[in-house]
Amino acid sequence: MSKHQGPPPLGFDTLALHAGQEPDPATGARATPIYQSASFVFPDSDFAAGLFNIERAGHVYSRLSNPTNAVLEERIAALDGGVGAIAAASGQAAMHLAVATICSAGEHIVASRSLYGGTHNLLEYTLPRFGIETTFVDPRDAAAFAAAIRPSTRLLFGEILGNPGLEVLNVPALAEVAHERGLPLLVDATFATPYLCRPIEQGADLVMHSATKFLSGHGVVIGGLLVDGGRFDWESGPHATINEPYAGFHDLVFGEEFGPAAFITRARKEGIRDFGACMAPMTAFQILQGLETLPLRMARHVANAQRVAEFLADHSLVESVSYPGLADHPDHALAKKLLPKGAGAVFGFTVKGGREAGKALIEALNVFSHLANVGDAKSLVIHPASTTHHRMDAAALAAAGIGEGLIRLSIGLEDAEDLIGDLARALSRVRRMESA
Amino acid sequence: MRLQVDDEAAFASTGSGAHEAGRPAVVFIHGAGMDHSVWVMPSRHFARNGLNVLAPDLPGHGRSKGPALASIADMAAWVVRAMDAAGLSDAAVVGHSMGSLVAYALAAQHPARCRALALLGASAPMPVTAALLGAAEDNDHAAIDMANTWSHSPQAKLGANRNPGLWMLGGGERLLERASPGVFHADLSACNGFDPQADAGPVGCPALVVVGEADQMTPARAGIRISEQLANARLVRLAGCGHAMLAERPNEVLDALASIVP
Repeated sequence: MSKHQGPPPLGFDTLALHAGQEPDPATGARATPIYQSASFVFPDSDFAAGLFNIERAGHVYSRLSNPTNAVLEERIAALDGGVGAIAAASGQAAMHLAVATICSAGEHIVASRSLYGGTHNLLEYTLPRFGIETTFVDPRDAAAFAAAIRPSTRLLFGEILGNPGLEVLNVPALAEVAHERGLPLLVDATFATPYLCRPIEQGADLVMHSATKFLSGHGVVIGGLLVDGGRFDWESGPHATINEPYAGFHDLVFGEEFGPAAFITRARKEGIRDFGACMAPMTAFQILQGLETLPLRMARHVANAQRVAEFLADHSLVESVSYPGLADHPDHALAKKLLPKGAGAVFGFTVKGGREAGKALIEALNVFSHLANVGDAKSLVIHPASTTHHRMDAAALAAAGIGEGLIRLSIGLEDAEDLIGDLARALSRVRRMESA
Repeated sequence: MRLQVDDEAAFASTGSGAHEAGRPAVVFIHGAGMDHSVWVMPSRHFARNGLNVLAPDLPGHGRSKGPALASIADMAAWVVRAMDAAGLSDAAVVGHSMGSLVAYALAAQHPARCRALALLGASAPMPVTAALLGAAEDNDHAAIDMANTWSHSPQAKLGANRNPGLWMLGGGERLLERASPGVFHADLSACNGFDPQADAGPVGCPALVVVGEADQMTPARAGIRISEQLANARLVRLAGCGHAMLAERPNEVLDALASIVP
């Protein structure tokens, strides 16, 4: 233990309630006001010119920044331990913003192959149209990430908990692979939230979230967040967007001028400005409401998830349960290390009887809602092979560990006994169907 | 701008502006363990308004090579040589925290090079606690935690940054983490060893002193005392502002600087 002791930082729960906000200077409002305004008045011409030239602080136009969004951005940056963040229209928009800020045509990404279907679509099918290619590798194999790196590679990417296989991303190992080669590591931490895991502390350079999920927590908004850890040495690799003059901003070199905030400043001054996938202030307000109770909710989410997973693991009609909180999961030990408060509240299980049994089970559930989302306060269920991942062919599905009979659950905040009872009744119906 | 100073490669930001002979100049000097990036907004402002801007990384900081300098006097002399390398005969000289001492010493010891002086977050002398010095000497992260926490006002510790989306505590921590081992301690030792009588002295040029009324590192009363001792100084008080005033109150600081930088 060090003989030196710095002042204790503010705790996570305090930051979840307060970070980024002061009582509204105009009205004293304690809650964050919804600044539903497209634009903001300049006090004079020189101030206006200063705002456009990044020499004054303030807001110009709500595509670029907005006071309500700024509270959310600061709060997630504080919770994730970053230097800054940008609120985007969706998780997909945040992912695209990260990639587009780093990669140009002719450049390359190495990504985990166990990804949310929408992210897989973006990387596999859409970005190649713009000259950006991705090689997909086993998320558990750091050597495979290293082997797939090319001279044109600019980014490594994975999900902290793979979707839907729940592989735990070994962030410290991948960060080492990335940094040895002058590359940043981007982690999608949607399933964990900073309550369960802060990837930047483990070596990641950038973090993105679909705030639609646990961060907002109530299934009422679509939003994404991109956080810059501020620690990556952009000069260690050929990162032209950060290290070279940008004609779109009077030859500004972001890496030279903005120090630890170089990436997030470029992302705002180019990506949000030009692609325009900004978040609505009302959405930011609703996500802030969710963040206020994030620690309380996540503790309940993971406690419920653990109980439901244990119930299913012991059930005779269940073939397998893939949840890192269970001792038989291949990444159980890694989950204990990287996600010590719990391995999330989304997991998959396979019911005996294949696709038909799975379909019957989903249709027999009453408390669980059958829909395409996760991270709601309410418990959710879906069949990935026919819905979220239906664009993947059989080989890609198999490689991502998505069997025909896999059912994905997102465990909510209900009484655990009611969730277990609902599943028990549905499994009984499957048993009767199979017996008939 | 790449410079050669004392046969070492040095870097200075120009605020994205090109220098032109004959223009007035402004020099910005950063604080302990920091680099030129703390000046990004005023640098860009004065460059856009036609000044030759020079915001150097002191030796061993940011993109400048060489070992960190051991005293404020050495740093002031180095800044003069950096001005020589950049072709600047004189300038308005602006410093923050440790940089304010460097600016103060430069104005006193090299009066012909300093047309105006601005001291932000200043204290002369600038004693540093043994706890901070000791942690910095051991390159212990606790030194960064102390400096970063004490540099921000109570409100800034919670955020509400005027710059949208940037978390001030995170930015301050990362900047100090970038310093090479030993650099932060060398800087803090230089601050601790600064003697206003021996290292600075009377200053005749127009001066500006900006104090943060919630500054824990260099309490406002210390800056006020300097403003009273300088012959021709104006005082600007920032209510509720901590030591990290460039992050906490960028617009108010710029307004104050615009009143003295031509």
